[in-house]
Amino acid sequence: MTRVRVRAWTVGIIAIIVSIVVFLVPFMFVVLQASKDPADASSLAFSWPKHWQFIANLRAVLQTNEGIIWRAFLNSAILTVTSVTITVILAAMAGYVLARRKTKWNGVVNFFVLAGLIVPPAVVPTIWVLQRLRLFGTLQGMILIEATFGLSFSILLFRAFVGTIPRELDEAAVIDGAGPFSLFFRVVLPLLRPVVVTVAVVQAVFVFNDFAGPLYFLPGNEHATVQLTLFTFQSQNLSFYNLLFMDILLITIPPLIAYIFSNRQIVAGLTSGAIKG
Amino acid sequence: MSTTNTAAANQAVDVITEPHASKKRRTIKSYYPRSFFIPTIVLYVVFFAIPSVASFYFSLTRWSLFDSHFIGFDNFVEFFQNPQLYTSFIHTLLYGVITSGAKVIIGFFLAVLLTGPVVGRGYLRAVVFFPVLVSTIGVGIMYKSLLDPFHGMVNAVLRFFGLPQPGWFTDPHLAIYTIAAVDIWKGVGIATLIFMAGIVAIPREYFEAARIDGAGAWKILREITIPLSKGATATVIILSLIGGLRSFDIIWVTTGGGPGFTSDVIASVIYKEYQAGFYGLSAAGNVVLFLVVTVIMVPLTYVLNRKQVQL
Repeated sequence: MTRVRVRAWTVGIIAIIVSIVVFLVPFMFVVLQASKDPADASSLAFSWPKHWQFIANLRAVLQTNEGIIWRAFLNSAILTVTSVTITVILAAMAGYVLARRKTKWNGVVNFFVLAGLIVPPAVVPTIWVLQRLRLFGTLQGMILIEATFGLSFSILLFRAFVGTIPRELDEAAVIDGAGPFSLFFRVVLPLLRPVVVTVAVVQAVFVFNDFAGPLYFLPGNEHATVQLTLFTFQSQNLSFYNLLFMDILLITIPPLIAYIFSNRQIVAGLTSGAIKG
Repeated sequence: MSTTNTAAANQAVDVITEPHASKKRRTIKSYYPRSFFIPTIVLYVVFFAIPSVASFYFSLTRWSLFDSHFIGFDNFVEFFQNPQLYTSFIHTLLYGVITSGAKVIIGFFLAVLLTGPVVGRGYLRAVVFFPVLVSTIGVGIMYKSLLDPFHGMVNAVLRFFGLPQPGWFTDPHLAIYTIAAVDIWKGVGIATLIFMAGIVAIPREYFEAARIDGAGAWKILREITIPLSKGATATVIILSLIGGLRSFDIIWVTTGGGPGFTSDVIASVIYKEYQAGFYGLSAAGNVVLFLVVTVIMVPLTYVLNRKQVQL
């Protein structure tokens, strides 16, 4: 038994040292950069800040360009919450019917779901469609686009999970007088909570961190999302590395919070879907 | 209309097969209405299917978003004759294979490590997964500073040990590999997570039986862990290849396809042509990317899924 424990310790300590170099040092670099003064930060050295001005930098980032970061956070929040809500509800409904209703059309539907996962979206023609619908450059258009792009992946997860809920439950609810809608929204959907959390968090992190989508479909400062402000900030202000890194730090906080609060459920939900394909 | 019809039909069948059932009873099947698909279908068709089909037509035109002139295959000829565009095709394949292959191998060994007896397991799992959550743009900016040829920390360390200090993002022969490495660093956490789930799902008795029979760690790995996590392997290969072949964000923020065109992929060419106003050529890039992804993914998905069934 002791040999096993010795090995667990040696392997563990080596892994921890490697992880510090590979993963923690880069993040410490971000924090240190965010705490420096402009001249200190522009040297790009991995060094202790000469003057700690973390709070001052934070205040400066929140005030640059007339506080564009506030508007960007608001835009990103609206975009993320609305599009994820749409994706979750629609994908849950579709995945549920797909898992329960065995017809000859299932093969066709599955083909299109997989196609949605594999095929890269055609960007310029999508802009053309959005312009026709007068949705190009609007937050509403972007919301619908993000909701659509998330559907395939979410449907696959919901379909896999609905398969694990016994049909007898549906039958019992039907005998008790539930109609199709109350069967789904009041009986089945509450049971899908683990996957709902998984899909919601994974989609939210994806939409919040999406860069290419807003770059194509949401031009202009008015609707800029946080990722776009970060990108423009780095291409414009190369003399303010401290503020740039403070910006990165700020933008990492929302996904981190979402993950910390749902860590276990995500792993459980993802694995129940992923392994069954 | 059609749902009520089928409901009525089902009722009829029901009545025939179960003579004692009351007339009002509906079969359980009609409780899963097809109408639940409608909103999904509308979004899918309008924002995904129509643009995808339209890209095939517009790729054959000179296009300004308002009017288009049919010019045949000129855009594709341009794409494959212009070396600046053609190399993006090669880079896409290279980038997809490198990142996907590395994520499978590194992800698997990390998963073996993190499911085994090891000190600090919770911390290690969290730290490996953390980069997945950070924005790609943030990671790109971070690495641009860390790998700066003159001031960056990595080259400072190399200088200290008297080793050569390459221009990670500025050397034309190196840029695409550096970006691939950053991509692997950021994405390996997902691969690890999927492999961990696959390994945990293997019944413990298999490992115990093998150990009693005197199999060593290496033999257990080769004869039990690897073959029995084939499902997870298939998932990781498919997901990482899909992501790698259409990769754009990390490339755009670190090198913008440069220096020159040495780290351009199809996705970045699509954006450049769009920016320059060559919408037809941009759509042609989309069609090329579509064909690349389909030609690789469809047979691969088929083969991997078949193996899974045989298991």
